[in-house]
Amino acid sequence: MTGPSAATGAAHAAALALGDDALVLSHRLGEWAGHAPVLEEEVALANIALDLLGQARVLLGLAGDEDELAYLREERDFRNLQLVEQPNGDFAHTIARQLYFSVYQRLLYERLAAGDGELAALAAKAVKEVAYHQDHAEHWTLRLGDGTPESHERMQRACQTLWRYTGEMFQPVEGLDVDWQALRDTWLSATADVLGRATLTMPTGPQSGAWSAGAGRQGLHTEPFGRMLAEMQHLHRSHPGASW
Amino acid sequence: MTAVTSTVTTDAYEGASPEAAFEAAVAADERIEPRDWMPDAYRTTLIRQMAQHAHSEIIGMQPEANWITRAPSLRRKAILMAKVQDEAGHGLYLYSAAETLGTGRDELLDKLHAGRQRYSSIFNYPTLTWADVGAIGWLVDGAAITNQVPLCRCSYGPYARAMVRICKEESFHQRQGYELLLTLSRGTAAQREMAQDAVNRWWWPSLMMFGPPDDASAHSAQSMAWKIKRHSNDELRQRFVDICVPQAETLGLTLPDPDLTWNEERGHYDFGAIDWTEFQEVLKGNGPCNEQRITQRRRAHEEGAWVREAAAAYAAKHSAQHTQHAQTDGKATA
Repeated sequence: MTGPSAATGAAHAAALALGDDALVLSHRLGEWAGHAPVLEEEVALANIALDLLGQARVLLGLAGDEDELAYLREERDFRNLQLVEQPNGDFAHTIARQLYFSVYQRLLYERLAAGDGELAALAAKAVKEVAYHQDHAEHWTLRLGDGTPESHERMQRACQTLWRYTGEMFQPVEGLDVDWQALRDTWLSATADVLGRATLTMPTGPQSGAWSAGAGRQGLHTEPFGRMLAEMQHLHRSHPGASW
Repeated sequence: MTAVTSTVTTDAYEGASPEAAFEAAVAADERIEPRDWMPDAYRTTLIRQMAQHAHSEIIGMQPEANWITRAPSLRRKAILMAKVQDEAGHGLYLYSAAETLGTGRDELLDKLHAGRQRYSSIFNYPTLTWADVGAIGWLVDGAAITNQVPLCRCSYGPYARAMVRICKEESFHQRQGYELLLTLSRGTAAQREMAQDAVNRWWWPSLMMFGPPDDASAHSAQSMAWKIKRHSNDELRQRFVDICVPQAETLGLTLPDPDLTWNEERGHYDFGAIDWTEFQEVLKGNGPCNEQRITQRRRAHEEGAWVREAAAAYAAKHSAQHTQHAQTDGKATA
């Protein structure tokens, strides 16, 4: 899988983990095309999906051949967070997933951009996109949380349902020199701030369990993920060696 | 400056009746602008056409979005996502342009959902293989461009300007679709077969995109007199066939028409008869995907209602707060 110019060892592992996050979340957002609640959101969700796909292509390109990595690995070889593979659910569920992830991604990429690792340049470019994603997710969290009783309830439920996948974001990733505890603290206060402004309460319960702590990063995924990959990879796998 | 053209009917023809000013402006190839007087039938025709055009962009997202999650390479996936995003953007421009005529996006969408306004018949055909994405780019977008480039000179300003922006993006999509098919046609035997099959299925429906033949086209004569349309359906269809034949040769693919031959005398390709019965059936709602397309659109709208209500409630609360703050501030300084 590693080409001559590919990153090796730890940098490879880091590019794969972050690349898989972006690839998988992009795919989930792509499923919204033609189903969004309002036309402006067709544009916005596709826009975010495209940004993430662009990031995935750069990151997977650092780790090897982007298409080989995306289309020919099996479920157990993917290193993405379980959070990003969660099915879209309703719009609130998609927004809660996006809020949790984009706050994390922004904080993480800001740190990487400030460092001198192999991913610094990519992170510096991506952080601008991610700031937009976070802004979008925050605004919708406010509208849904502080909108109607129904939207409030849906948003609260979505935040709660996804809560147990958030702890995984702060498990150390091989090859990334980050103070994960500090990242988690900052993430918690940023998230609490948005939820508070949205009149939502912070979810309760553990952020991860025995089965999910760092699981995605080790290739242990949730059931819907295999089905997602089956759809994503089917055509590519049906024509081995073909160019597209 | 658009203001120069928009004042034409009010200033340049001052003293003339509004009808005469309108006729003179159209005759002089000037643009009619939203505040200018226009005949009711001109307004109605434009709303109908622009709404149908906007609806086509929105419904047209579906057959292509059908392949986003299965695109065979990340590069193709990015291209396809960007294209579907552009289509939503085109829908937005066109609804905005239609709104200048005194209608609203919600009203137009309601009419689409109720089946009282149409969208292009082409989107009632299914995308069955990846090659269909290429065939749509090459043939469907190609036909759309042939139709739409003359609309950049349409007599109604907002529509003409929307078309300038849209045509640029459409040409880009069309080239990408062609390049997709070219890659397939030069690929493996299975890919080549997939490409040919897609072209076989999309060729005739693409020719139908130009609408009924001239002698059966209800709105054509009036639209041409008003310079909304610049060329007849058959003229544009012929232009499209003439463009496609050599492109098909470059692709190394055939077009599914045994009667397709060069006519030296006319300087055009002759082509076989279109199955107008099929066209009428699709228009009546009996095409392969009519039901599915409109159901998905309605469902997205209905399932999104609570989101739109939330956004409206939030905006109302917060604008009320702003007003309150403003009033409080006002009292404080008064």
